[in-house]
Amino acid sequence: MQFLLAEGARLGLSLIGVISLVAVNALFLIWMERKVSAHIQLRPGPMEVGFHGALQTIADALKLIGKELITPEDVDKLIYLLAPIVMFLPVLVSFLVIPFSPTLLIRDLNVGVLLIFAFSTLTVLAILMAGWASNNKYALLGAIRSVAQNVAYEIPLLLTAMSIIIMAGSFQPSVIVAQQGLVWNIFVQPLAFILFIICGTAETNRAPFDIPEAESELVAGFHTEYSGMRFAIFFLAEYTNMFIVSAVATIFFLGGWQGPFLPPVVWFLLKVYALIFLMMWFRWTFPRLRFDQLITFAWKILIPLSLVNLIVTAFVLKLVR
Amino acid sequence: MMLEKGLEEKTFYLNLGPQHPSTHGVLRIVLEMDGEFIVTADPVIGYGHRAHEKMAELRTYQQYLPNMGRVDYLHALAYNQCYCMAVEKLAGIVVPERAEFIRVITSELNRISSHLLWFGAYLLDLGAFTPFLYCFDDREQILDLLDRLTGSRLTYCFYRFGGVPVDIDDDFIAGCRAFIQRLRSRWDDYDNLVTKNVIFIHRTRDVGILPPELALKYGVTGPTLRGSGIPYDIRKSEPFSVYPLFDFEIPIGERGDVLDRYLVRLREMEQSLRIIEQALDKLPAGPIMAEKVPKRLKPPEGEVYTAVETARGEFGIYLVSKGDVKPYRVKLRVPCFSNLSVLPELIKDTMVADAVAILGSIDLVIPEIDR
Repeated sequence: MQFLLAEGARLGLSLIGVISLVAVNALFLIWMERKVSAHIQLRPGPMEVGFHGALQTIADALKLIGKELITPEDVDKLIYLLAPIVMFLPVLVSFLVIPFSPTLLIRDLNVGVLLIFAFSTLTVLAILMAGWASNNKYALLGAIRSVAQNVAYEIPLLLTAMSIIIMAGSFQPSVIVAQQGLVWNIFVQPLAFILFIICGTAETNRAPFDIPEAESELVAGFHTEYSGMRFAIFFLAEYTNMFIVSAVATIFFLGGWQGPFLPPVVWFLLKVYALIFLMMWFRWTFPRLRFDQLITFAWKILIPLSLVNLIVTAFVLKLVR
Repeated sequence: MMLEKGLEEKTFYLNLGPQHPSTHGVLRIVLEMDGEFIVTADPVIGYGHRAHEKMAELRTYQQYLPNMGRVDYLHALAYNQCYCMAVEKLAGIVVPERAEFIRVITSELNRISSHLLWFGAYLLDLGAFTPFLYCFDDREQILDLLDRLTGSRLTYCFYRFGGVPVDIDDDFIAGCRAFIQRLRSRWDDYDNLVTKNVIFIHRTRDVGILPPELALKYGVTGPTLRGSGIPYDIRKSEPFSVYPLFDFEIPIGERGDVLDRYLVRLREMEQSLRIIEQALDKLPAGPIMAEKVPKRLKPPEGEVYTAVETARGEFGIYLVSKGDVKPYRVKLRVPCFSNLSVLPELIKDTMVADAVAILGSIDLVIPEIDR
């Protein structure tokens, strides 16, 4: 009985922690994106609300909450309303297994990595639902693109992940981190790191792979017809997905929480936000790929490369051990 | 059998515009789509029709001058110049040389600002946001220069029949020279950021090829035509104003694809800088207005056609006078109308993303098409 109570309290606290982390993270990332893009583009960005515009995103969030929720005519109501929720829930689950430090993690599952990949795939479903139910051709085109893109980029993502997993011999995030020690995987597997970052950027639909919501072609892609808080949830999910992809990359390649002097949590977050900064840098530098070029890139370059990487890793490991 | 039961392949219609981020104005293109591919395209124009040609018949010659800044708001000074040239030719007014030099300097500055804006907006179409703000930073310098001289930043109404109303001073000349230096130092940045970018080259190379014959058939002019390899530029082929005094080249493309049109515009900006530089060096002293231009201008009966090279192509005015204070008829030959008419041929069988890239590469100003 006592055990159940303790576990219940632990889970409840974790849930509160995760939700607040997601909210704070999104607010911070949106502010960071504005500032990063502004400084890349020779302008100051938001400066008015709070110190250097730090409270700007909170003001924007309040505005979005106050907006009327418009449901266009002839949408598939149930699916239309469900899509933002389906988009957001899997994102929460992924936080269950991310180790922020040796002690700060909710569940140290031995299939943790698999869980993250399995649930992050669900966002495709949400995008397809949103695009299909919106009764809008731009949204539908965006959804179709998104499915093709995610199928294409999931494969090299998992293949590169596999090459790390066979090195660690475990699906457990904490084991993968502990196994790296001082020599991080990025030095052992630089190619895998590059592939992973490219695929991760594509997975989160970020530029230069943002074709499902390509503004100049498809207006806003799959979320064209969403407004107010429903739109905000898609936005929230996008930024949380960025955090998760960067967190997984940190666990796989950058030695997770490891680092001298500073506490482990700080090291972990530093690495995650450094990777996110890299993704923002991509977005504000590159033009967008064309849809067919994107798919060709995945099938003809990324998948063969990641396969080769996997085979070489397996071969070398066989020789060494 | 299966096909007859409703599994036949169907195309659907997609409205690109009139409210769409990439049409840069109220242009609507009805696309017949087969999945991501475009089967046919049908531009629908006229949303911004302001009856500029009819307005000419209801106003005196002077009163119509401000309209010229609003047909193509991005290269307004060329339109000013064309209209002034038409009236001057009709009325037999001789413009002093210094005024012609000032016209050329300001018009070329305006051309650069138009090309810079196109460059930024085009990269925006391709999904790169940052170059847009870089060239707006450069364009700002031109707007400041012209603002001091003409009093406005966009819809200029600066030239008068017989010359220009304000002379340029040393500050303006120094500002021009500083700007020339600044823009020249930026070419490397633009090249490194955009022109050498692999994704950019993949998006533009061999996309939207416009064969020279097709371009001639549709009456395409301007950088769009020169991208296809035809060196037709009114400044050289039918010289007007004082352009023959300057040494400059007409950049042309080889393949006629989107990248060629992009490169032609970039190189044209450098040529415009050269013209400005030479004009500043050779600037003659003298009056800036012709003597004895009557306040109540009544050109003799007759017809006249003048053409100038704007940032988008050949702009011509056909003016008929019946000896009244108002023109009898004004016909505006705008370059974008002809350039747009070739678009359906170009975006047939391409993907939506390419259609946006091609549409942007033609550099349309929609109010100019509608007039």
